[in-house]
Amino acid sequence: MNIAVLIKSVIATDEPISVRNGKIENSGVKKVINPYDEYGLEAALRMKEADGGTVTVLSAGDEKTAETLRVALAMGADEAVWIRTVGEPDERVLSLLLAQAIRQGEYELVWAGHLSVDNGAGQVAIRVAELLGWPHAGAIVDCRAEGGALHVIRDAEGDSESWELALPALLTAQQGLNEPRYPALAGIMKAKRKPLAELTPKELLAGEEASARTERVGCEAPPDRPEGRKLGGTVKEQAAELIALLRNEAQVLKAR
Amino acid sequence: MNQHIVVAECRDGQLRRVSLEAIAAAKGCMQDSDKLTAVLLLGADGAGEAAAGMLAQHGPDEVIVVDHPSLGRYAPEVHLAALLEAARALAPEARWWLGHTAIGRDLAPRLAARLGAGQISDALAAARGADGRIVFTRALHAGKALERRAFMPGFTTVVTVRPNNFAPAATVAGQPAAPIRTVPFAPPQSRMIVRDVVRRASGSVDLAEARIIVAGGRGVKSSAGFAPLAELAGLLGGAVGASRGACDAGYCDYALQIGQTGKTVTPDLYIACGISGAVQHLAGMSRSRVIVAINKDPEAPIFSVADYGIVGDLFEVVPALIEEFKLDR
Ligand SMILES: Cc1cc2nc3c(=O)[nH]c(=O)nc-3n(C[C@H](O)[C@H](O)[C@H](O)COP(=O)(O)OP(=O)(O)OC[C@H]3O[C@@H](n4cnc5c(N)ncnc54)[C@H](O)[C@@H]3O)c2cc1C
Ligand SMILES: Nc1ncnc2c1ncn2[C@@H]1O[C@H](COP(=O)(O)O)[C@@H](O)[C@H]1O
Repeated sequence: MNIAVLIKSVIATDEPISVRNGKIENSGVKKVINPYDEYGLEAALRMKEADGGTVTVLSAGDEKTAETLRVALAMGADEAVWIRTVGEPDERVLSLLLAQAIRQGEYELVWAGHLSVDNGAGQVAIRVAELLGWPHAGAIVDCRAEGGALHVIRDAEGDSESWELALPALLTAQQGLNEPRYPALAGIMKAKRKPLAELTPKELLAGEEASARTERVGCEAPPDRPEGRKLGGTVKEQAAELIALLRNEAQVLKAR
Repeated sequence: MNQHIVVAECRDGQLRRVSLEAIAAAKGCMQDSDKLTAVLLLGADGAGEAAAGMLAQHGPDEVIVVDHPSLGRYAPEVHLAALLEAARALAPEARWWLGHTAIGRDLAPRLAARLGAGQISDALAAARGADGRIVFTRALHAGKALERRAFMPGFTTVVTVRPNNFAPAATVAGQPAAPIRTVPFAPPQSRMIVRDVVRRASGSVDLAEARIIVAGGRGVKSSAGFAPLAELAGLLGGAVGASRGACDAGYCDYALQIGQTGKTVTPDLYIACGISGAVQHLAGMSRSRVIVAINKDPEAPIFSVADYGIVGDLFEVVPALIEEFKLDR
């Protein structure tokens, strides 16, 4: 089965985020494969190893995206497609670009992530499914392909739902699906010779269609939480003080 | 005139509070001539009838109910078709509002893509900007930054709202309940079948909508270790939550997980017991109104977001809190 995997290049979650003049500092920060996309990539690689086929990774983003795609190739993907974008297209535009790039290949399955850890919208992948006219299942924690169908388990606010989908289909990966591999040295060497195609938004979409529907009008660091307070005394004293504070100062428990 | 459409949700026959919050969010953004329609999708078990009545009392101009067995379990394409059917007679360029719930977050992007709409996901707040446009606040980088986002004018819009962040719509005294209209529905052929649903989320208080949460981490050490936390939560009328660490260790079910991968919660009071406070955990709870941390490590990052911190052994502190609360009731 030929599988496409959507991966986004994101700032690693352990990096501090600094906001300057309404913009998030993007230079000098470590970029990685969005962790949820990495679960999707790992699932795709395991399917390929079990049943054959190819794995193509697709990503839209700036220069750093190419490096992130190389990491995916080092993990074992066969080919990469980089849609070179400037600025931050909104989720609708991203999904139109990605769907168009997917149409240029012949894929039966698309893996993506439950959400991107930077934007956190959970929109782009599901929009792609709708644009392709394919069924989708989100937040997958288990997946098995059998007889042209997919048997998946998804996480729905903690409940587990077992679904069966006809191919072609799109799945978004949730944590718990698998433990992604680290690229081996041999993989890193091989990745350098694997094809990485570069596309521009203009090649994929007509100007009109590519216009955003939403715009960012501001961005700032969240307001600091007021300095917290550590309580002192014996355990009993601390407990008494906390209950009193919650009742009287914070007023989150009913006053006596 | 703008047509606003709130997609309401039931769980166990009960209207979810986030649906009333979505109504309030929409109302806050409406102009006098605007119209608000609430849509409720039901699975033909009659359990949702009371919910429709409840919905009608909370301020919409009209309630549309689609009631069909195919809607009993969530299936994206069938639910999408039902929504479009419900909205067929309404103005085409609508403003859609959904809760950012398991269903809302999954359905909204398909709806937006189908309608060529812009979507703003997981909104925390909405306010009218200087130019008259509505500006939405949402979290980036798991809450390490906040962005403000607005729609370009002239297109259909879709918004999902994070539970517990907008005050729910109230009943309007003296105002008659809105009319309830039932729309017939013929489900499309679905390419997806729901085989089985295992309910894991238990307890009487829904975690995402709970006002008080007592959460345990790896420091709780065993599933039995959750007992005092459950007792405290019960006393306070709250729910029990957990970190990924506790879920991974098998101390509790993944249904309780709070954080980036799990649930995002914004209760009035969050009591973190034996949780270190990893960024992925903070992503799910750092907007709680009041945070209490109980941890034996004074350097644990959870203290950086806590309003009140107790450095100590949770197995001593939690029972002391229970006793104190009982005494002081
Ligand atoms: C992509 C991704 C997504 C993730 N999503 C989530 C998520 O949604 N939610 C989440 O929680 N995590 C998530 N994580 C995992 C996260 O990084 C942490 O590993 C996890 O939150 C740690 O859980 P913990 O705080 O319970 O455990 P630990 O970090 O082990 O902390 C245990 C704490 O308990 C304290 N302690 C021990 N004994 C006691 C005692 N007797 N009394 C008081 N204190 C005690 C210790 O001092 C320590 O601070 C995610 C990780 C990744 C990579
Ligand atoms: N720029 C992008 N390039 C490739 N895939 C993306 C991009 N943005 C989002 N995605 C995919 O869509 C998922 C959801 O993203 P988001 O809507 O930003 O939360 C991600 O986990 C990715 O799989």
